[in-house]
Order: sequence, then C-alpha cells, then structure tokens
Amino acid sequence: MLKLNAFLAGLLFGVGLLLAGMANPTKVLAFLDVAGAWDPSLALVMVGAIAIAIGPLTWARRQRRSVLGNPMQLPARKELDRRLVGGSLLFGVGWGIAGICPGPAVTILLTGHWQAIVFVLAMLAGMGIFTLLETRRNP
Amino acid sequence: MNVDWLNFTPWSSLAGGALIGLAASLFVVGNGRIAGISGLIGSLLQRNREGASEKALFILGLLVAPLLWGLFKALPPIEFQSGWSGLILAGLLVGLGTRYGSGCTSGHGVCGISRLSPRSMLATACFMLSGFLTVFVLRHLTGV
Repeated sequence: MLKLNAFLAGLLFGVGLLLAGMANPTKVLAFLDVAGAWDPSLALVMVGAIAIAIGPLTWARRQRRSVLGNPMQLPARKELDRRLVGGSLLFGVGWGIAGICPGPAVTILLTGHWQAIVFVLAMLAGMGIFTLLETRRNP
Repeated sequence: MNVDWLNFTPWSSLAGGALIGLAASLFVVGNGRIAGISGLIGSLLQRNREGASEKALFILGLLVAPLLWGLFKALPPIEFQSGWSGLILAGLLVGLGTRYGSGCTSGHGVCGISRLSPRSMLATACFMLSGFLTVFVLRHLTGV
C-alpha cells in the first residue's frame, strides 16, 4: 500500500504540474518576467496547492505515524541560516535562466525533448557536486 | 505592469495547483513524507536506503504522468527558451542550490508553506526574488 500510494501521489503530482502549466518553461519564464508581458497564472498554482495541502499538513504535524503506518517524517530544522538563503538564491537564478525547477524537469524527462534530458543531467551533476563537497566537509 | 491576459490561464493553473496539493497531501498522510522533488532525488542519489523504494516510486509516478496523459489527450505545450549552455548552467545551479537550500518549489513552496515553516517561507521568498531578478536582468538589461 505504501508503494502504491507513493506511485499514485507522484502520478497525480505530475498531472497537476502538466495541467497547471508549470511543465512549460516558456510559461514559467513569462510568470517570472514581471517587467515584460507578465503571465500571473502560476501564482494561482501555489494558491490552489496550498489551499488543499494546508489542512492535511497541519494534521500531519500532530501525528507520530502516517495513516499507512510510516513514522511521520517532517523536517525538524528551524534555523534560518546562510545555507538556506544562499542555496535558495542560487536555485532561483537557475530557475530564472531556463524556467525549469526539479518537479517539472522530471515530469517532462520522457516527453521526447532533448532539452529536458540535458537539464536533468546537469541538475543531477549539481546535486552530485553538493554531495561531494559535503562529504569533504564532514568525512 | 503589463499583464498578458491572452496567455492567462487562471482555471487550469488553479486546478493543476489543487491536484499538486492533493498529491502532496496523499504522500504526507499516507507515507508520512514531504513531496519535495529535489529532496527525494537527492536522497536517492546519496543512496539513502530509508524509504528508497517509496521515494523512487513517487519519482516514477512523475515520469509516467505525461505518458498516461498522452493516452487520453495531447500534451500541453512544452517550449524551451534556452540552448545547451543555458540548460547546463541552469541545471547545475538548480541542482546545487536546491540541495544547499534543502528544497525547491515543491518542498518549500508548497509543502513547507502549507506547514507554516518559517524556513520554507524564507527559502520561497529567496528563490522567487532571485528568479524574478534573473529574468529581469536577462530579458531587460542584457537583452539575451
């Protein structure tokens, strides 16, 4: 059940990204281009997502186990540090260059666009560099 | 401000967002996990054994989504604006940045804000800001 639920959640997430327009880099860049011909649609993606998710996530914060029996694993970190800010700023620059963030990148990987494959390989490399730097810092 | 009403898709974006929220809810309520894509991929890359099959199946669901969609109707437009160098640079920055920042649009922007996490609110403000600024610089200052 845990595995089936995980697969269905991923599937639904991908369908949501496609329907929302998040999987179209041109639309994402039009959303980020507030000084140009601005397409505000994607602000509504976040509104819709949070409106639905806020109830279940609030519930989850008070649980020790999930409905299917997994331990509830919510992030415990609280600190507002330089890594969080620096990393997020860096991510935003990459997002602004190509209009692709990790969820849509994976979702469009098998749609036959070479650009998606190049982007995902570079993204995996970026994550690999992070792991490399981290293991060097804390061997 | 000049809104592009022709390309404004409030209903499909709102409905798509609702599906994303539903998916994130399903994952946290059922599996007790945050549907943060960069975190899930990062964990799989680091060979973290904990929940690896559940995480991989969530990712598989994402990969299958457009194939399933394609069985019923034509895929929505997927149009790129960048060439090789832009895609590689952007991918590297997205990979590195989301790992240092512990999340991306899904983990911080949707799940984090929904659980009222100050860290996620700050992270979301940061990547939105640098996203807006990057597009501004590239499109209106340097004319690339």
